Amino acid sequence: MEKIVGDNLESNITKIKVGLASCGIAAGGLEVFDKIDKFLDKSKLNVKLEKTGCIGMCYKEVLVEIDDEQFGSTMYGPVKPEDVDEVLQAHLIDKKPKTEKVLFSDKLGGKEDEVLKHQTRIVLRNCGIINPESIDDYLEQDGYKAIQQVLTEMKPEDVIEEIKKSGLRGRGGAGFPTGLKWQFAHQAKGDIKYIICNADEGDPGAFMDRSVLEGDPHSVIEGMLIAAYAIGANQGYIYCRAEYPLALKRLRIAIKQAEERGFLGNNIFDSDFNLKIDIKEGAGAFVCGEETAMIASIEGKRGMPNIRPPYPANSGLWGKPTNINNVETFANIAWIIRNGASEFAKYGTEKSKGTKVFALTGKIKRGGLVEVPMGMTLRDVIFKVGGGIIGDKKFKAVQLGGPSGGCIPESLLNTPVDYDSLTATGAIMGSGGMVVMDETTCMVDMARFFLNFTQNESCGKCTFCRIGTKRMLEILTRITEGKGKSSDIDLLYDLSDKVKKASLCGLGQTAPNPVLTTLKYFKDEYIEHIENKHCPAGVCKQLIKYEIIPEKCVGCQMCKKVCPVDAISGERKSVHKIDQEKCIKCGACMDTCKFDAIRKL
Amino acid sequence: MTDNDLAKTDEVLEQYKDRAGNLIPILQNIQTKLGYLSKETIKYISTKTKIPVSEIYGVVTFYTQFRLQPIGKNIIRICHGTACHVANASKIADTIFEELNVKPGGTTEDLKFSVEVVACLGCCSLAPVMMINDKVYGRLTSEKVKKILAEY
Ligand SMILES: Cc1cc2nc3c(=O)[nH]c(=O)nc-3n(C[C@H](O)[C@H](O)[C@H](O)COP(=O)(O)O)c2cc1C
Ligand code: SF4
Ligand code: FES
Repeated sequence: MEKIVGDNLESNITKIKVGLASCGIAAGGLEVFDKIDKFLDKSKLNVKLEKTGCIGMCYKEVLVEIDDEQFGSTMYGPVKPEDVDEVLQAHLIDKKPKTEKVLFSDKLGGKEDEVLKHQTRIVLRNCGIINPESIDDYLEQDGYKAIQQVLTEMKPEDVIEEIKKSGLRGRGGAGFPTGLKWQFAHQAKGDIKYIICNADEGDPGAFMDRSVLEGDPHSVIEGMLIAAYAIGANQGYIYCRAEYPLALKRLRIAIKQAEERGFLGNNIFDSDFNLKIDIKEGAGAFVCGEETAMIASIEGKRGMPNIRPPYPANSGLWGKPTNINNVETFANIAWIIRNGASEFAKYGTEKSKGTKVFALTGKIKRGGLVEVPMGMTLRDVIFKVGGGIIGDKKFKAVQLGGPSGGCIPESLLNTPVDYDSLTATGAIMGSGGMVVMDETTCMVDMARFFLNFTQNESCGKCTFCRIGTKRMLEILTRITEGKGKSSDIDLLYDLSDKVKKASLCGLGQTAPNPVLTTLKYFKDEYIEHIENKHCPAGVCKQLIKYEIIPEKCVGCQMCKKVCPVDAISGERKSVHKIDQEKCIKCGACMDTCKFDAIRKL
Repeated sequence: MTDNDLAKTDEVLEQYKDRAGNLIPILQNIQTKLGYLSKETIKYISTKTKIPVSEIYGVVTFYTQFRLQPIGKNIIRICHGTACHVANASKIADTIFEELNVKPGGTTEDLKFSVEVVACLGCCSLAPVMMINDKVYGRLTSEKVKKILAEY
């Protein structure tokens, strides 16, 4: 979709880029793109219009960057379709840019670069900068140079040594040292070996891998090439969840381009190394993110985990040695080869090297994608990079590691992000989902939410994972409904212990973590629900009550109209009343009232 | 199965002939073409591929993506991942169920919409989020949802 308007091509031609990852599109990016296209057509300016991936500032979407000779690079956002004509007219034609929409720029001010200033972008080096559907853009950023260097100058053992030296650990959650993993697969006996990229991104509240796949798919392919060479694989698979149609599309484009240019296929860079990569679409099962389940799924079976050993490194896909890494892990590889292991190891802590990408979401001001050096404190990630809590409410907890992780309270905000420090809190690093919660989030409800998820996703093989999580969910549900018993907390501890011990795979082994961490740090809230039948955050429906404040009610009848169950009565211009028996606690009345005359108890 | 359905199924089966481990992509492709996997379709796939019906059923019921019932013209996927949960996704879901008079996983009587609740669509920073067919809608409110539904 590159489009060049006008005919004289110069190198310092003005460029406009629109952030068109899924998030940008959802915010109206395609409409903005079309509007710009029309404007350029009409004004006959010599401007190159391109799409790019996500730079991570999702909270300011749609993002439009204009790069020209006079002003350098200027990032505008949020740009709505109706803003386009005005912004372009001012910047390109009148040469008097509308600075109030500038987020950051070379010459036009803007303060939003705060969010980028504290970041170190290795994995996201090209995201939001290049056009992900153009292999030439990737090549311009020294793309496929690392694999060239590997194939012409390095033996597989050298590659493994370099990755080991970098200290890179797997970004899929468990943090296993990548170089060592490759070494096992390299040493495994067999002519046929496989390499798999785990793009299942199962954590429900995270989108790091999607953004990398949508913003810089070639970097993942190059990482896979290097890994395949190191272990001796000639066939690769990318297992990507079907919920990511755009990532799948851009991967397909990237693979085809790489094949056409000879970066995939036979005798790559005239060596005797061959690699073919196929895409496998997930079919909606969280457990398929687990290595042995993923292998079963690629083989066309029900995606159930298997007992390890044997480890996939020795007996994986179709019984052959197989190496599985996460998207982000692969996206680091080419950078490490080109810049050297020691350059990578400069970032991070003693045992956690490099950077980590996080998806900052929830009640955070600057929600989006960030990449920070390992070792930065949670506080800095949330408050310096993320800008703090929406509406300057009180921070309550941050959830890391999704259904396998836990909630970290305010008192531990100085914990550095590295694998070992985070594990010590009872949470885990996880794959990078970071959901920030304020005082309006109920921690018991959060625990119930995750248990509901794992209980649904349990493959059913292990009794404790299947039934134990169900019992735990029942207990949590009754606590949130005000029917909890004082013995329930001990029961939760007991079941957690059993589920952890008697489960075969990581899903069951970590399923109790959200419960255990909330019990550890927010036990008061459990007790308040059980003893006083009260939800301090005002979330649990059965424990809250909507009431009309007589002094404020003017009798406008708006609430009466929106109540779906006719629970509100009252004559025009007289104080209304809510029938608590009928009320279903939907909150529609409170949302509608213009006089703040309804309160939640 | 109509002749048309048969032809589409055959086309997919031909494409994956002689390639091991392709049951899932076969089912995905056929479902995309036919909307769902009927009993007859599954039996037909079994005869053609020589994979036992029981094994196909095993796979179909394991993965949430597969449907054994016909679906509506438009598929609504309501996100109920963590970020959307924190952003009060239940309220959005309730609005949709109420507006369309369906249950989660159900289809409207006029076959216009099927509604599924899914975990995370990967646009968490725009929470709460839903997807209708391939289009993602973010920063939803009950009001916005009603407007969007009316567009279909
Ligand atoms: C239930 C379960 C779900 C998982 N989901 C994912 C996932 O979605 N993405 C991922 O990369 N790893 C996931 N993992 C971790 C993988 O099993 C595996 O450790 C990882 O892909 C290895 O890659 P890495 O060494 O590069 O981290 C999951 C593990 C379990 C137990
Ligand atoms: S722990 Fe749970 S998900 Fe894992 S194999 Fe056992 S039953 Fe299946
Ligand atoms: S949690 Fe809803 S899009 Fe991720």
